[in-house]
Amino acid sequence: MQHNRPNSFRTGPDERGHFGNFGGRFVAETLMPLVLELEAAYGAARNDPAFKAELQDLHKHYVGRPSPLYFAERMTEHCGGAKIFFKRDELNHTGAHKINNVLGQILLARRMGKKRIIAETGAGQHGVATATACARFGLECIVYMGAVDVERQKPNVFRMNMLGARVVPVQSGSRTLKDAMNEALRDWVTNVETTFYCIGTAAGPHPYPAMVRDFQSIIGEETKVQMLEREGRLPDSLVACIGGGSNAIGLFHPFLDDASVKMYGVEAAGHGLDVHNGHAASLVGGRPGVLHGNRTYLLMDDDGQIVEGHSISAGLDYPGIGPEHAWLRDVGRVNYVSATDKEALAAFQLCCRLEGIIPALEPSHALARVLDLAPTLPKDHLMVMNMCGRGDKDIFTVADILGGM
Amino acid sequence: MTSHPAPLPRTRIDDIFARLKTEGRAALVTFVEAGDPDEATSQALLDALPAAGADIIEFGMPFTDPMADGPVIQAAGLRALHAGQTLRRTLAMVKAFRSTNDATPLVLMGYFNPIYVYGVEAFVRDARAAGVDGLIVVDLPPEEDDELCLPAMAAGLNFIRLATPTTDAARLPKVLQNTSGFVYYVSINGITGAAEPDYSQVEHAVARLRAHTDLPICVGFGVRNAAAARAIATHADGVVVGTALISALAGTLDQQGHATGTTRGKVVDLVQALSQGVHAAQRG
Repeated sequence: MQHNRPNSFRTGPDERGHFGNFGGRFVAETLMPLVLELEAAYGAARNDPAFKAELQDLHKHYVGRPSPLYFAERMTEHCGGAKIFFKRDELNHTGAHKINNVLGQILLARRMGKKRIIAETGAGQHGVATATACARFGLECIVYMGAVDVERQKPNVFRMNMLGARVVPVQSGSRTLKDAMNEALRDWVTNVETTFYCIGTAAGPHPYPAMVRDFQSIIGEETKVQMLEREGRLPDSLVACIGGGSNAIGLFHPFLDDASVKMYGVEAAGHGLDVHNGHAASLVGGRPGVLHGNRTYLLMDDDGQIVEGHSISAGLDYPGIGPEHAWLRDVGRVNYVSATDKEALAAFQLCCRLEGIIPALEPSHALARVLDLAPTLPKDHLMVMNMCGRGDKDIFTVADILGGM
Repeated sequence: MTSHPAPLPRTRIDDIFARLKTEGRAALVTFVEAGDPDEATSQALLDALPAAGADIIEFGMPFTDPMADGPVIQAAGLRALHAGQTLRRTLAMVKAFRSTNDATPLVLMGYFNPIYVYGVEAFVRDARAAGVDGLIVVDLPPEEDDELCLPAMAAGLNFIRLATPTTDAARLPKVLQNTSGFVYYVSINGITGAAEPDYSQVEHAVARLRAHTDLPICVGFGVRNAAAARAIATHADGVVVGTALISALAGTLDQQGHATGTTRGKVVDLVQALSQGVHAAQRG
């Protein structure tokens, strides 16, 4: 499936929202006018210096950006190879990279005069970020969350409630992230006039994949500046976990045309890629299909029915992936690999002990691959891993598995 | 990309609307989900629909993630999938239906992914061969016509498009461009099985559509009983009923979700009542 290499990897999507064969606008007619309206509104906002300035101000004073680029010295010593850096997006207000995207979309919703915000959430990080921004701007907030995820991410449910959001447990289908997204789409179809759908990852109908990527690209842009300041050159490799893929595309996108920079996207291999319906690795273990408004790699059966997938991490437990990643896979620009639940848990524990950082289970998957890659690389190799979320929300899940510690 | 395939051959859909026009009444369009709650019951129900008064049959292709459907039709799809329904089986059921009925139009309705995975070219060929007349694929707006609409037209299938309250005058021509058979007007913004429509709005909307197209206009979403069917049949060329039929079916199932002795009969009774409503409508 190797295509001809384009001159630039940063020009997509085309005007129909396609990244190569992926992306598009596969939505019901009711939503189509809204999707077009959103595209026009975002096109205007992104070229408006006032919009940019307002977002930058919030990033600096509300989120705490730029997030540090931290040299993980003891992790580096432990691996005995590449110099390992963490991009510390877990230090953002609300504890993950999700707020970068949410603030962009909420400012856009305000410009569009929408006062009712809906969102889907898996681990709850996007829901918390959306609830936070809605509280900050006095907007109504409804968060759809699979009933299974409501159970396994209770702390984030409490957080959303505190922030004034209404969390709706979704009982349909497999009761996880994909079903939360279905339910959010159903809400949007029903409340088209008033409602802005704040999608949490770089997926969905055009313009969401491009828009979310743009809002998350601050991760990679900062990393570039910080690494140049610190080491005088670009990093040699980037590693990020992938569920829908927004933190990864945010880190990768500014570097896509820097040919010397290798990139690794790490999917959730759950119980193992060979276990049927036991993982959430759409790129490594799925195939192209159409779901939630876009064509991308999906986990499904031979009849095109979507399977639930599994990951210890609720944030990675999604049967699809952003369409730009699907394209980057096929053109060979990014290496997509995976890590199992067990590997992620081991990396989680190691990070706590070596660096005094409790990572979320999501970036623990990225860290698991860093632990394999780094020892094989020379000591002057500069590797950046996106520490895209903190693990406070996961301590109960981990404690359950590890027997209370 | 605006390519215009050759004009479609006449389908059973064109024939029925021509006939009903002479009769001066609207069509009753009934939706049931293929394989719900099991293949045998579903086949028996499908075969019984024309005699009960269904003029056009919409046959749902089950999908795990029906984003535009409410809980009743979602549950129907999941029942069918749990009973082993696949797109291949759905086509086989249409073929079996055609062995006893060559007149009643049948439209497959669902979502794109199972078709995409089946293979578009193979699907339109097999669907046509099985006796399918048209397709309604909810997540394919005109912006994605290359995907299935144009291949379906080339294979002689009607591609029936949904128009909604959000489809404004500027957008309507695009929506209607490659639509054939009939236009399916979704009378409310929302998912299937939601609130009853405001009938005065329906009248207005049908008039708005008629200014743009000569195609028959069928109205659905929210039609539950004979009175509602009658109200809509006064203005529209067809009345689509889905959720109410599935609810009637679901009400007959046992605790495990299996069919009982009354399953087919309850649905047939409701179709007969709806048909009477449609027949009673005074066309304006």
